[in-house]
Amino acid sequence: MSTTAKDTKALENPGTQLITGNQSFHSVTEKISGIVEAKVSPYWYLAITISSLLALVFFGSIGYLVWEGIGIWGVNIPVGWGFAIINFVFWVGIGHAGTLISAILFLMRQRWRTSINRFAEAMTLFAITCALIFPGIHVGRLWVAYWMFPVPNQMGMWPNFRSPLLWDVFAVSTYFTASLLFWYTGLIPDFATLRDRAKTKWRKIIMGILALGWRGGNRQWKHYELAYLILAGISTPLVLSVHSVVSTDFAVSLVPGWHTTIFPPYFVAGAIFSGFAMVMTLGILARKIFGLEHFITVNHLDKMSKIMLVTGMMVGYAYMMEFFIAWYSGNEYEIFTFLNRAFGPYAWAYWTMITCNVLVPQLFWFKKIRNSISALFVISILINVGMWFERFVIVVTSLSRDFLPANWDYYRPTFWDIATFVGSFGLFLTLFLLFVRFVPIISMAEVKGVLPQADPHHASEEQIKNENHAR
Amino acid sequence: MRIMQDKDNREIYILAEFGSAASLYQAAEKMRDTGQYNFDCHSPFPIHGMDAAMGLKRSPLGWIAGLCATFGALGGVALQWYASTIAYPLVISGKPFFSFQAYLPVTFALGVLMAAGASLFGMLGLNRLPQFHHPLFHSERFKRVTDDSFFISAVAANADEGEKLQRFLESIGGRNLEVLKD
Repeated sequence: MSTTAKDTKALENPGTQLITGNQSFHSVTEKISGIVEAKVSPYWYLAITISSLLALVFFGSIGYLVWEGIGIWGVNIPVGWGFAIINFVFWVGIGHAGTLISAILFLMRQRWRTSINRFAEAMTLFAITCALIFPGIHVGRLWVAYWMFPVPNQMGMWPNFRSPLLWDVFAVSTYFTASLLFWYTGLIPDFATLRDRAKTKWRKIIMGILALGWRGGNRQWKHYELAYLILAGISTPLVLSVHSVVSTDFAVSLVPGWHTTIFPPYFVAGAIFSGFAMVMTLGILARKIFGLEHFITVNHLDKMSKIMLVTGMMVGYAYMMEFFIAWYSGNEYEIFTFLNRAFGPYAWAYWTMITCNVLVPQLFWFKKIRNSISALFVISILINVGMWFERFVIVVTSLSRDFLPANWDYYRPTFWDIATFVGSFGLFLTLFLLFVRFVPIISMAEVKGVLPQADPHHASEEQIKNENHAR
Repeated sequence: MRIMQDKDNREIYILAEFGSAASLYQAAEKMRDTGQYNFDCHSPFPIHGMDAAMGLKRSPLGWIAGLCATFGALGGVALQWYASTIAYPLVISGKPFFSFQAYLPVTFALGVLMAAGASLFGMLGLNRLPQFHHPLFHSERFKRVTDDSFFISAVAANADEGEKLQRFLESIGGRNLEVLKD
């Protein structure tokens, strides 16, 4: 029996197992529900205090922005797009790994995704929440942000559907909604588990409502699995389209350094790259804090590192290609822009980006690095720094020195730029900490499904023993 | 398959527990082969191949999502056509009012949006969820269905059939039988 042979092999070599530590269905439930049901650790309170204070800084800065106007930011002419757009592209990019893990890896039958998809999807939702705020506030008069939506108004005015900025509105809000529905679909069976384990009245009511009366019947699973498959199927092109649309905001312009056809694939690769780095950062913290080493194994981290290695090299290729095309085009503005990027006043940002995004990920070639938790943690943070600088380089260097030298100006962020950016991490982390407190951070139903004993043709332990004996 | 009820017009459910995914699968095949019971198999996770073992047809959800996606995409085209040719025609770089190439991203996004909504809400509709009350919830043992236990629930028309059903479930390996009424 091939299945039995595979199981035996898995028992002999724990490295090939998706979930280690000889888990049973019940131990999975106990471990993961336990995180939500246990008493909150003081560290959680400490963490949420810090992050919610940061979130207050975020909302405070936005409040001051509304009061005073975008003059409080460092934007100038010609750099009319500053931190707001950098942060928007950065946060949207962070979100992409969640959907990639939940959708593309699902369609490719990558069963290792089950341990990380839940919190990666949550990360997606919170990152898009942060992202959506930035284009909303950067318009200056954010109380008329509804002009972006195609709603009839008293001026008889409609948005311009030929503008990529309007595509953004649709692409990103669709992305948020589809991710939310996908996430909730995956949560229904796990909420049912929490409902059935609930001890207090309020817990029973709340989890009962969230679980919608799920009974785990196969007649339900049949529709459920197809719903999940369809959501994965439609989210897959969505991942690719959202960041392509974001990149189109730049690519349709005539600004040298922006006006390139490589932008859509380049942005998507960068988004997945940075998203995986964030999943890695959060995953390493979560497995450490909640003792999830058997679920988020070194094997999982190893696989994520490989994806980062690939996408990091795609990004590196794009950097190279931009230089090549600038030279090959013979367009002097284009050539200048790229020389200016590497050797101009923003060379420090450019080389930070190259170091963090191209050089550092090369360490992933070594298995020792891929399996070292502390190295992965540091590298994942460096990659996120690098990817933020990538957006900074794209937005700022192209604008600060445009066609006419008389227009040139140096862009410097102000205190409020930095406060808003740092504060957005506060919002992100607050939402994430609330998530780990109240929602199972690993999909129990899916993890149980990849255990060897979940296979309907799984042999009993006795059979495995007999087979070993026969050898 | 008829829905069976007792003389007070209440459905009687017979619930049997099974030890593993494998034994549930084999029991489902035997239930299917009798061809006379309205039953369901409950498990903490979807079991691969269970639809065939129970003799279930494919879910029609694909059609629902597909129709909604088409509707969303067509709606997207209609919206953009209306806004840029009738309601607010603007000449931008001398392009035609209806320049469909530029309308693809929004069309796609609205198609996806409708399909996503249709798959979650369509799934809930087909499963008749939310349904907060069900006879199976009366069973204490059934709470473990979302943890590590496997069950078959079958509907019986009357007490006689209920007994027959219980004997059959026992013969195919069911344990801890329970009779549940609303």
